[in-house]
Amino acid sequence: MRHVWVVAANTFREAVRDRVLYNLVFFALLMMGAAILVGQISIGIEQSVIVSLGLAAISVIGIFIAVFIGVGLVSKEMDKRTLYALLAKPVQRWQFLLGKYGGLVVTLAVNTAAMAVGLYVALWSVKHTLNGSDWYVLVAVYLIWLKLALIVALAMLFSCFTTPFLAILFTVGIYIAGLYAEDLRTMQAMNLTATTTKFLRAISYALPNFENFNVMGAVAHSRGVPATLVWQDTAYAVLYAAIVLLGSAMIFARRNLK
Amino acid sequence: MQVQCGEVFGFLGPNGAGKSTTIKLLMRLIFPTSGTARILGKSIEDVSMHQNIGYLPEQPYFYDYLTAAELLDYFARIHGLKAPERSARVERMLKKVGLDTAKKIQLRKYSKGMLQRAGLAQAILHDPEVVVLDEPMSGLDPLGRREVRDIILELKKEGRTVLFSTHILADAEMLCDRVGVIVGGKLRGVGTPGEMVGIQVQGMEILFEWHGTQAFPLLERAAKTGERYRAQLPESEVYHALDELKAAEARILSVAQVKPTLEDFFMNLVDADRAQANAVEVSGQ
Amino acid sequence: MKSSRAAGWLLVVLLAGFVGVWQLQRRIDQQKSAVLVEQDQLAFRSPNLVKKLSLEYTPLMAAIYWTRVVQYFGEKHRLHQTNLDLLWPLLDITTTLDPHLMPAYRFGSIFLSEPPPRGEGRPDLAVKLLERGIAANPEEWRLYQDLGNVYYFDAKDYEKASQAYAEGSKNPRAMIWMKVMAARIAAEGESPETSYFLWLQVYETTADPAVKKNAEDHLKLMQVELDLNEINRLADEYDKRTGHRAARIGELVEAGLLKGIPRDPAGYPYLLGEDGKADLNLDSPMLEEKLMAQ
Repeated sequence: MRHVWVVAANTFREAVRDRVLYNLVFFALLMMGAAILVGQISIGIEQSVIVSLGLAAISVIGIFIAVFIGVGLVSKEMDKRTLYALLAKPVQRWQFLLGKYGGLVVTLAVNTAAMAVGLYVALWSVKHTLNGSDWYVLVAVYLIWLKLALIVALAMLFSCFTTPFLAILFTVGIYIAGLYAEDLRTMQAMNLTATTTKFLRAISYALPNFENFNVMGAVAHSRGVPATLVWQDTAYAVLYAAIVLLGSAMIFARRNLK
Repeated sequence: MQVQCGEVFGFLGPNGAGKSTTIKLLMRLIFPTSGTARILGKSIEDVSMHQNIGYLPEQPYFYDYLTAAELLDYFARIHGLKAPERSARVERMLKKVGLDTAKKIQLRKYSKGMLQRAGLAQAILHDPEVVVLDEPMSGLDPLGRREVRDIILELKKEGRTVLFSTHILADAEMLCDRVGVIVGGKLRGVGTPGEMVGIQVQGMEILFEWHGTQAFPLLERAAKTGERYRAQLPESEVYHALDELKAAEARILSVAQVKPTLEDFFMNLVDADRAQANAVEVSGQ
Repeated sequence: MKSSRAAGWLLVVLLAGFVGVWQLQRRIDQQKSAVLVEQDQLAFRSPNLVKKLSLEYTPLMAAIYWTRVVQYFGEKHRLHQTNLDLLWPLLDITTTLDPHLMPAYRFGSIFLSEPPPRGEGRPDLAVKLLERGIAANPEEWRLYQDLGNVYYFDAKDYEKASQAYAEGSKNPRAMIWMKVMAARIAAEGESPETSYFLWLQVYETTADPAVKKNAEDHLKLMQVELDLNEINRLADEYDKRTGHRAARIGELVEAGLLKGIPRDPAGYPYLLGEDGKADLNLDSPMLEEKLMAQ
């Protein structure tokens, strides 16, 4: 496991030096702009707008990073052949994968934490006070991070067996499909046969249900999030990501590196 | 094919012959459809065995956001070297390959030769018994090639086994104890460089200069470049030729043995292959 | 130095280019506004479609649509246009995306139900909006207040109004007057005092400037009505005392019934009309407002 840690630490260093974290500057500017404008155009819902805008930005920026850099984790190393020297060392391929994954997930944790701080600053500057219910925003951010961790796993899976472009396409596709997984489950169209309905239901369970992690609506209006949901979502993310990573490891273990 | 302990083995072949493929198979970067291989007595599937192997990939490229020192440190950690020994070892390696002054510069700024040297450094960083180098001289200027040659000889002196692939025959002739020749994906022969080409001498070559007007028989067998002539003849005829030249008052520049080189051996193999391919085409199969 | 001169010229050309762009844009804007056809645009009318398209970012989309509502309304008012066709669809989408967006309900209920030119004149839509709000936010008693107001002021259904106030008063956080109003309206139906009180509640508890202004306008009208009633009462008193109706309001002052000539909220003194009834001063802007409200 030491190898996993070494690879992860190097992946984190790469992200920092690749100036990925500069996206935080953009986010900070966005929050500042929002805090200034929100007072003019949305009387009575300043809190709601800042929180929902902030969470949406954290989510979207995070997804960008998770998809593009997640796909690059493996494909960049294969394209540029930086991988070759490493795999000739006494390190297993799955350790390499896990290390890359861990490094990006930690980078995302740092990134979303920093953005959460920015969000709180914007919120405070608009409300001039923070009360107990505002801490739910942290819960929402945590759930967003879980979602991102799952997306990184998917990105890595796809990049193990297709081109980077297709991997990005597939990952975004699964993200969007995953948001509608619940609708698929409850779809009641008139002309669907029983088998089709059952089939769709099965698919709806197989797809990663990203709506699980979405509490932006509740948090924007200072409503709480039940602790059980947080635990269940954590377990779901860990389990699903583990499955995906296992698949990646299996595919990558026998992949011929040109 | 077997590589003996402590020898420098050259893996020769034209581009596309399969040298890199074979090496990558050994390193488990690609997987064979059949066959087995063993290194240091262990199956190549044994990952822990890699602790004792060093590998320099073809056209190496490393994380360009790292400096050479950081890169070596990273690999040293992978090898499990502990902190104090790690930094000492990294320093030593950098000095050995001559990257000491550039160790704080990011790899993205390195020239090809410097990258090659960094690659060498990471290949021997962990003191491996076996060193596998894929085209270590490629892209280097003569000075760089000489440096790499020196390092390979040093490795041999240290008692390590070196396997390297190249298509530059001169390097192979100079460095290798034995060579394996691979053409068209097949191994064509293994042996010392001398064995491969056969020791037979093909004859003598006389190089001379002549400004006269009266032709003599040897001229017909000589190739002319400006005022210089080059004639090839069997050893038995050399004295007769020298007499002719003496009579013609030609100036003799050199008399030397003509030995086939690995290049000839090569070209023969390649031509034979091509002929076979054409024959197949012609017969319509 | 050649390169710095070249750079200088390049800069000048760039600036000239931007000035050209700016001037051209101004002309295009003028051109467009001359051709402008009255066309309100709402690309997606189906709230569910918009919800689906927002992926997981529905609260943000709701905030954006809410901003559109405010802008739409403001524009219409500024241009003195009275057709508010898009108000309901926009509010429908907003509250579907985010059923907890409270300001949308209050704003929507007032301006959907009020008769033109202030609102759209559709109390039924206002009721629909509020019922959705109540279903999603059962603990918000103010929605019942708004519902009651719609029934009372615009639908003129006093039974339902009373029921709404009563229902809202059940919430422990509701203000006492909800219960009082429920009873009063059940008994009396409409009365100026009740109307004034209800508008005062809206005026004092809203942060939305449009709503506040609207409530203020209503309060002023209510004030006028109360004032006129009071003056008439005093005029009748005068009649009883003297046996004839006063011809000028000054006579009421001389008779000691009024301390001074009262003024309307716009600052103009009231007067007595030819029929002896109190009325607004002809110069007062409140006159126009009163006529508009009828």
